[in-house]
Amino acid sequence: MKQRGLAVISGGLNEPSSTRLLADRVAASATQALADLDVEVQVDVMDLRDHAHELTNMMLTGFAGPDLATAIDKVMKADGLIVATPIFSASYSGLFKTFFDLLEPDALVGKPVLIAATAGTARHSLALEHVVRPLFSYLRAVVVPTTVFAASEDWGIGSGSGEALSERIDRAARELARLVASDQRPAPVDPYDDVMSFEDLLGGS
Amino acid sequence: MQFGVFSVGDVTPDPTTGRVPTEAERIKAMVSVALKTEEIGLDVFATGEHHNPPFVPSSPTTMLGYLAASTDRIILSTATTLITTNDPVKIAEDYAMLQHLADGRVDLMMGRGNTGPVYPWFGKDIRDGIPLAIENYHLLHRLWREDVVDWEGKYRTPLQSFTSTPRPLDGIPPFVWHGSIRSPEIAEQAAYYGDGFFANNIFWPKEHFIRLIDLYRRRYEHYGHGQADQAIVGLGGQVFMRKNSQDAMREFRPYFDHAPVYGYGPSLEEFTAQTPLTVGSPQQVIEKTLQFREYFGDYQRQMFLMDHAGLPLSTVLEQLEMLGSEVVPVLRKEFDSLRPAHVPDGPTHAALKAAAERQVVEAEVL
Repeated sequence: MKQRGLAVISGGLNEPSSTRLLADRVAASATQALADLDVEVQVDVMDLRDHAHELTNMMLTGFAGPDLATAIDKVMKADGLIVATPIFSASYSGLFKTFFDLLEPDALVGKPVLIAATAGTARHSLALEHVVRPLFSYLRAVVVPTTVFAASEDWGIGSGSGEALSERIDRAARELARLVASDQRPAPVDPYDDVMSFEDLLGGS
Repeated sequence: MQFGVFSVGDVTPDPTTGRVPTEAERIKAMVSVALKTEEIGLDVFATGEHHNPPFVPSSPTTMLGYLAASTDRIILSTATTLITTNDPVKIAEDYAMLQHLADGRVDLMMGRGNTGPVYPWFGKDIRDGIPLAIENYHLLHRLWREDVVDWEGKYRTPLQSFTSTPRPLDGIPPFVWHGSIRSPEIAEQAAYYGDGFFANNIFWPKEHFIRLIDLYRRRYEHYGHGQADQAIVGLGGQVFMRKNSQDAMREFRPYFDHAPVYGYGPSLEEFTAQTPLTVGSPQQVIEKTLQFREYFGDYQRQMFLMDHAGLPLSTVLEQLEMLGSEVVPVLRKEFDSLRPAHVPDGPTHAALKAAAERQVVEAEVL
């Protein structure tokens, strides 16, 4: 059985958080979809709320405090990401963006990512396509085609809405699982181990 | 082991009084710090180089030339000399001249500068930072070692039959350190030439600098300059001391909380736990500084940042007194007794000259 790691990043601010709830549902579906592909998965879930102070500190000092450093390390090592943000003012939350602003520029290159969001109204749903997807495209991550958006009405009030969300979650999770299971990405390059020769540096100048 | 003080030269309001020193006061305060550095028995004073407010030291060799005339013993250095935006020809001339005037008490540390808008003021582009550092230093290195240089590169006008004057004192170029906070390319550069590598060490956790210094040491050996543990390493440090550590914390806290680099971010407690900053008793400073050797190996130069963040000059001079009387004598003794015989001491003009003469004798014997 193949082994894979998934990192789940929730930008929800409340406790309990509907964003975290959505992220957990997507993670459970992805775990099942990977099991169907004969892949055993280790899931690490993080609430960015827990790192709010360290995220601000890192913006000012340039280095991660110990807990945040551990969280970033898990994201770097994961075979795929599930990211979920509340939509504030037609975009991701500031805390969510801060986390991705602080990663090294190449941290997510080639990494499969499932993007999800919550909001109070369905009128925010395309924020995933217009704001969140371009962020991950810029970071050269591989974003799965199906996005998962949950407004208040999707949590099961009204005819058929809950089922629609579940179907969407399962579809996105299957897309992610296929990428994660077949992933052939090379290991990340360590700049301190893999030294460029000085002759090359000199020649390139 | 060499101990010294490096000054950034920032004009920062004193957060406890709101008072802002004038540029004249700040410049003279840097001179006072340098003179005190010699008086208390330390070995090196280094000035920063900046070309934007709120910093005053835009003209390092002017200040260091003045200090050369007012001191007898300390090495005058930089932290850092901008190898990207300065013309390497002018660096070669300025620092060779300074070296003669100071009877060899000069070395310098190359750095790139991290402020984007400064580069175009000097006709350069920050995106070329690494290539500029590589090409410019390669030219500087030749100008001090070859009497007549023909040269063509990407970033300055070509040279034909150029001789940089004055020639280095005794034919020995000033020792060069390469400073870097995060670029493995610069560690590689220092290793290639067998120059020193200086890790700023003050704003980030040690784990990061351990990796950079390990890389430098490994590559120093690779290029045949000696064993990895013989590579020339310098480290920054940052301390604030009072007899009782609680007093040190209480007095330094407002300066920390409003400091230009880390202010309004982590707490003083978090920052001292995560970085080499020590705020406490002289004994605590000794203990934490001795740990650097365990993390980075035996090293040659320890520099302290003392005058910054708006601390008044009177406080800085008190701090230097404590550093010179209670901390450095203990560190010097400890470090020197722990360093194995095959690991070199800090670089001086006299030592480089003696080494060059030995090489000549060996060549004649062969």
